[in-house]
Amino acid sequence: MELAGFVLSTAWASALDLIPVVAVLLVFQLAVLRRPLPNPRRICIGLIYVFAGMTLFLVGLHEALFPIGRTMALQLAETSTQSGGGGSEATLDWRDYLWVYTFAAAIGFTTAIAEPALIAVALKAQETSGGTIPALGLRLAVAVGVGVGVALGTFRIVTGLPLPYFIIAGYVIVMLQTLTSPRAIVPLAYDTGGVSTSTVTVPVVAALGLGLAATVPGRSPLVDGFGLIAFACVCPIMSVLAYVWLAHRLRRKPPAGGAES
Amino acid sequence: MKTLARRLFRFVQAAVRDLAPLVCVIAFFQIVVLRQPFPDLAEVLVGCVFVVLGLTLFVRGLEMGLFPLGEAMAGAFVRKGSLTALLAFAFALGFGTTFAEPALIAIASEGARVASEAGAIAAGAEAAAGYALQLRLWVAMAVGVALVIGVFRILKGWPIPVLIVAGYLGVVALTPLAPERIVGIAFDSGGVTTSTITVPLVAALGVGLARSIRGRNPIADGFGLIAFASLTPIVFVLLFGIVGTIGSGG
Repeated sequence: MELAGFVLSTAWASALDLIPVVAVLLVFQLAVLRRPLPNPRRICIGLIYVFAGMTLFLVGLHEALFPIGRTMALQLAETSTQSGGGGSEATLDWRDYLWVYTFAAAIGFTTAIAEPALIAVALKAQETSGGTIPALGLRLAVAVGVGVGVALGTFRIVTGLPLPYFIIAGYVIVMLQTLTSPRAIVPLAYDTGGVSTSTVTVPVVAALGLGLAATVPGRSPLVDGFGLIAFACVCPIMSVLAYVWLAHRLRRKPPAGGAES
Repeated sequence: MKTLARRLFRFVQAAVRDLAPLVCVIAFFQIVVLRQPFPDLAEVLVGCVFVVLGLTLFVRGLEMGLFPLGEAMAGAFVRKGSLTALLAFAFALGFGTTFAEPALIAIASEGARVASEAGAIAAGAEAAAGYALQLRLWVAMAVGVALVIGVFRILKGWPIPVLIVAGYLGVVALTPLAPERIVGIAFDSGGVTTSTITVPLVAALGVGLARSIRGRNPIADGFGLIAFASLTPIVFVLLFGIVGTIGSGG
């Protein structure tokens, strides 16, 4: 059966993620630490849950959402190119792609909300801060950043502006924001840049980038197709720092103040 | 038994809430914008059930397995008091998890294809496979180094912005020197290195270290490991591109 084979190959991919982790842990546990960990049975059950959960999650995504999401990204890029002057470069305008930007923003936002790695970091931040950094608030802030980032990234592909300018400008803004943010929140904000792009976001967003670069005249998928992920990494840092700044303004006290003392 | 059922229901509810926006967006664009029916509705519904169950199990497994494991390891290393052992562990964790990461394998072979088409490496599958393997080694080393720096920072209590800014200045300085085709791959490789299983473990490790060392704040010092792991691969892949250009004499 086709589904069974796919479940097996996905389970293998999840195992490839988990095996090195377990191997490194075991080696150091047995060779260096030589002390039993608390609650080994519970931890083992938890790891099995993580493995089974990742496998089911990925199989479900590949069965249900990714194929539609990918075709959709391609079709939107194609119809936008055609309606905007039949594919000749001279008559094409970046405004012909408004649906593409809307789709990019919506898909960036919603995939970030569904991203398991982000859920994990947000839960950890909520627990560590004693609830002063709410998990859902952090995830919404990150998701807004990813949405804006992916939309900007598609705009860059359509217009053909060079990627490094955007990324460097992004990091300059991040640096300026860092100077004005409470010290305690900065590492967490930087972390969200890395975790917002993972299992759910990368496949859909990468397909959008490659599809768009292939259909927009004058773009090459090889040079322009990459780089959407980079936008989705920088923008969440900005939006999280902005969220903290805003929360600070509204409450007149640092949002991470409870954890700082 | 009743409380177990209720807790399970709460987890499922959270998973449904996390997924609903994505399903709505896809449905909206399919039906309203592209005006097409769903190709196979039954398959889509079954897939959604899988996704919800998977997310429910994963979040439960995080709290039972990965979080306590990361924190317990951090505590054990601090009690042991050996800096070398801790740093070796950090490097092995970063290197091991990244080298086997499926997303990185995909990006590396894509990068090899681009390099092969650009004539930067010898034609043929063997040269491309060798190039992809090298790319993966560089990125895996980058993540290992990132975790070593990150753990060292937690121990010393260094401020993170200085290190990150230095890293990005490095990226800015290296970008014009690296061949153009490697730049997009370099920037993307920062995002794919941190897998869904590594991230919770590394976050728990950082917070656990910051908790076990006196004078460290778990929020301000415990986070930041993932930030390093997203930054160093960019630097390393750019360096890889530069070294490759010098090596091939062009």
